[in-house]
Amino acid sequence: MSKSSLKQTLKDLDTKKISIRELNQDYLKRIKENENLNVFIHFSEENVLKQIDNLEKDNSAKKLKGIPIAIKDLFCTKSMPTTAASKILENFNPTYESFVTQKLLDEGSIFVGKTNLDEFAMGSATNTSFFGNTINPLSKENEPLAPGGSSGGSAAAVAADLCLGATGTDTGGSIRQPASFCGVVGIKPTYGLCSRWGIAAFASSLDQAGIFSHNVEDASILLQSIAGFDQRDSTSAKVDIPNYFENLDDDLNGKTVGIPKEYSIDGTPMEISQIWEDAIKVLEKKGVKIKNISLPHTKYALPTYYIIAPAEASSNLARYDGVKYGFRSDEIDSLDEMYENTRAQGFGREVKRRILIGTYVLSAGYYDAYYLKAQKVRKLIADDFNKAFKECDFIVTPTAPSAAFPLNEKQNDPIKMYLNDVFTVPASLAGLPGISIPFGKDKNNLPLGIQILGKHFDEQQVFNAAVSLERSYE
Amino acid sequence: MNNLIKGEKHDWEMVIGLEIHAQVKSNSKLFSSSSTKFGSSPNSQVSLVDAAMPGMLPVINKYCVEQAVKTGVGLNAKINNYSVFDRKNYFYADLPQGYQISQYKYPIVGEGKVTIDFKDGTSKDIRIVRLHLEQDAGKSLHDQNPSKTYVDLNRSGVALMEIVSEPDIRTPDEAGMYISKIRSILMYLDTCDGNMQEGSLRADVNISVRKPGDEYGTRCEIKNLNSIKFIKQAINYEAKRQIEILESGGSIEQNTMLFNTSTGKTRPMRNKEEAHDYRYFPDPDLLPLEISREEIGKIKSSIPELPDELKNKFIETYKLSNYDASVLTAEKQTSDYFNETINSDPELKNHAKIVVNWITSELFSLLNKNNQDLNNSPVSPENLGQLIKLISTNEISGKIAKDVLEDMFSSGKTARQIVDEKGLQQVTDQGEIAKVIDEVIAENPKMVEQFLAGKDKLLGFFVGQAMKLTKGKANPKMLNDILKQKLNKKN
Repeated sequence: MSKSSLKQTLKDLDTKKISIRELNQDYLKRIKENENLNVFIHFSEENVLKQIDNLEKDNSAKKLKGIPIAIKDLFCTKSMPTTAASKILENFNPTYESFVTQKLLDEGSIFVGKTNLDEFAMGSATNTSFFGNTINPLSKENEPLAPGGSSGGSAAAVAADLCLGATGTDTGGSIRQPASFCGVVGIKPTYGLCSRWGIAAFASSLDQAGIFSHNVEDASILLQSIAGFDQRDSTSAKVDIPNYFENLDDDLNGKTVGIPKEYSIDGTPMEISQIWEDAIKVLEKKGVKIKNISLPHTKYALPTYYIIAPAEASSNLARYDGVKYGFRSDEIDSLDEMYENTRAQGFGREVKRRILIGTYVLSAGYYDAYYLKAQKVRKLIADDFNKAFKECDFIVTPTAPSAAFPLNEKQNDPIKMYLNDVFTVPASLAGLPGISIPFGKDKNNLPLGIQILGKHFDEQQVFNAAVSLERSYE
Repeated sequence: MNNLIKGEKHDWEMVIGLEIHAQVKSNSKLFSSSSTKFGSSPNSQVSLVDAAMPGMLPVINKYCVEQAVKTGVGLNAKINNYSVFDRKNYFYADLPQGYQISQYKYPIVGEGKVTIDFKDGTSKDIRIVRLHLEQDAGKSLHDQNPSKTYVDLNRSGVALMEIVSEPDIRTPDEAGMYISKIRSILMYLDTCDGNMQEGSLRADVNISVRKPGDEYGTRCEIKNLNSIKFIKQAINYEAKRQIEILESGGSIEQNTMLFNTSTGKTRPMRNKEEAHDYRYFPDPDLLPLEISREEIGKIKSSIPELPDELKNKFIETYKLSNYDASVLTAEKQTSDYFNETINSDPELKNHAKIVVNWITSELFSLLNKNNQDLNNSPVSPENLGQLIKLISTNEISGKIAKDVLEDMFSSGKTARQIVDEKGLQQVTDQGEIAKVIDEVIAENPKMVEQFLAGKDKLLGFFVGQAMKLTKGKANPKMLNDILKQKLNKKN
């Protein structure tokens, strides 16, 4: 595969080396060749061609004009159905465009399709989708691998070069972990940097839109395009968005990196510990001061996350009741039956599991012991980071505790599946920006990811460290 | 005052608390920009947020927050700088989100109180526990189709203030006075239109009964009452029901009740076991609501004179009784009307009590009879002022003034015009009155004799005869004085 970067493609389009139509025909061809990966829930060649037609008539200069982008099917889009990979939203056609996708449209990008995900972004392998598994493009024949999740479709779309970038959402690792599994770059910005307006909610206090791309430079270009304040989202932040790409600086001399000792977990494969050490060595060579830090509440992050996220989800998903839109069961004799049958038939197992957990932890008599306590621990976890960031500029850890695992491996063991998020969840709870970049391979030649975390709204530092590591790795 | 009700076996006391739901007067909803206009065609005022489409988010309407703060100030309550919106989770067809956004642990307004005034001049404070903001649900229409229920989301998301009282109320009348007082305050503040028929103001009533001095009994909650009449009826029925159960040795089940307005009875809707677990938790789509001291101060300074302040002012300035002043200030339109009347002529300030009486008895009864509202009164405050001036200067008698007012009411003419046209001026000429009295005395020698023999009551007869001759226009005081003089001279 000859993967051209977004940066290079923009140049080629600018110098007329290639036309928008030629460029996208190339991607359309690959998309059709790779249908077996089940990357897209919705793909329509006709729709892509229509967008090309429209752009050809448009003489205005646009930053991402003609660039093929894949959209996680959690973002509501006017031109394509939006399902959240759930039967309950099968055939749902929004009349509105999410903030993030609208920004991409305004910049002139072309949406190649809506990518597969775990149902309502609940999962770590893109195997809870109503529309079937997505297959990791790096799989060897006869041994299909999971692309990670929940944004597995978007990560796979970039990895298989079916687009020049893709949107994702990350609640507890749903961008960073699949990026690591598929060997691409994935950034989850600070909570509040990108508006959640028009993204079907999973856990409102954690959900954050982000970007997949072939490299860090491309990610910096795309993130700038989707960031910004939106008064329709009360948790959206009023901050200036720097030109991340223009400001990229791989000179880290004099910076301090924090290495949290709590991220050395028993049972982590050697290879993962190895790439972590390698990354630290590279940084050290670049004049970065290595600081051992402690994030003492890290071990509580996973249980905390698996209380807060399901609690919010149990309430956020109450709107899917068969009354107003989406799927409604045929077997209805009463209002209660309409709810029961619609939701029993409309939601998959993992979604139901989380709704049940969430309902339980919010119930009278359990609220204080679970939800309230989890909120307190969340605060402690955030405080850990705040303290650590007084001593360092960024933090480096592995992204995931393993490389891509075989499809269906952990299907029947939710706890094992949840452990995938062990390195990504703490930053989610603290609302911090994090990026995963490919860094090294395991013994099966599968990519592994390094995670870089930064201070709130310090995406620039995250990009700088990432681009520096990326360039030294290449 | 005895507030007890007699049971078969002994006396009982009612313990009542009210939760009032008042629709915030605002053009748009609490978390969306849809219109709140009443009576529009179904589902014509529904935004993507109101319909809970995927990915839609609530954004607080700051005006509604200001209205709630204003109301809090009007209820003499503590305004909280920090409050939190929570989700109250339950499923119902007209609740699109599957939860109602409300305030649970941290309401925007804390403890306050309102005062109710009794006819006998006494008054009582009813304590307020809290006021919080919340969204209204939509409406389920069960009567449009035999087998289907339709949902109208126009109300979905409309801002409500829930005002919760302490169980300080002891009688149905007090409950009525309390809700009237709250309604009055909200209308003075312009934070709620107070229209109970359209559902802008409705109440849930919590009621229990106990033997005087006992602990509170088990309570029942009667949901969604939208008139003072129904509130009183429901309380009376429910108290009686509870007393009967207790006196026959039973115990009260903590139930949520519905009131049937046609039978006047309450019936259980759900019991404690069936009660919802609402799983309240802070809405993660909204940040905590923080209001600074300055903002509160600014809102406070924008608040108009409230009924109690106005009442005290009226008592002080015009020497009115507490009760008169409270009747006058119960509705803003009444106090406005009074103010305009009494200020229409400097002379009237000395006759405030007469002004009150003419407004609250004569004018009100005419308005009632003709099914009209003070706001659209055919008699303007200036014209009523003119009429009262005519009385106070003895130009016409009070009795004739009543006829004049009726004439003003139907013809729209001024008092002056009517009095002049019909020649209704009081006769105040001593000589003229004396002449008439002489006539009456001359024509009734027997009566004079009896009067002189000690039958004092006959004085009224002579007055009546004299009035008849002057067509009621003689100044009554002068008539009386001269008559007494003349009769006594005969002695």
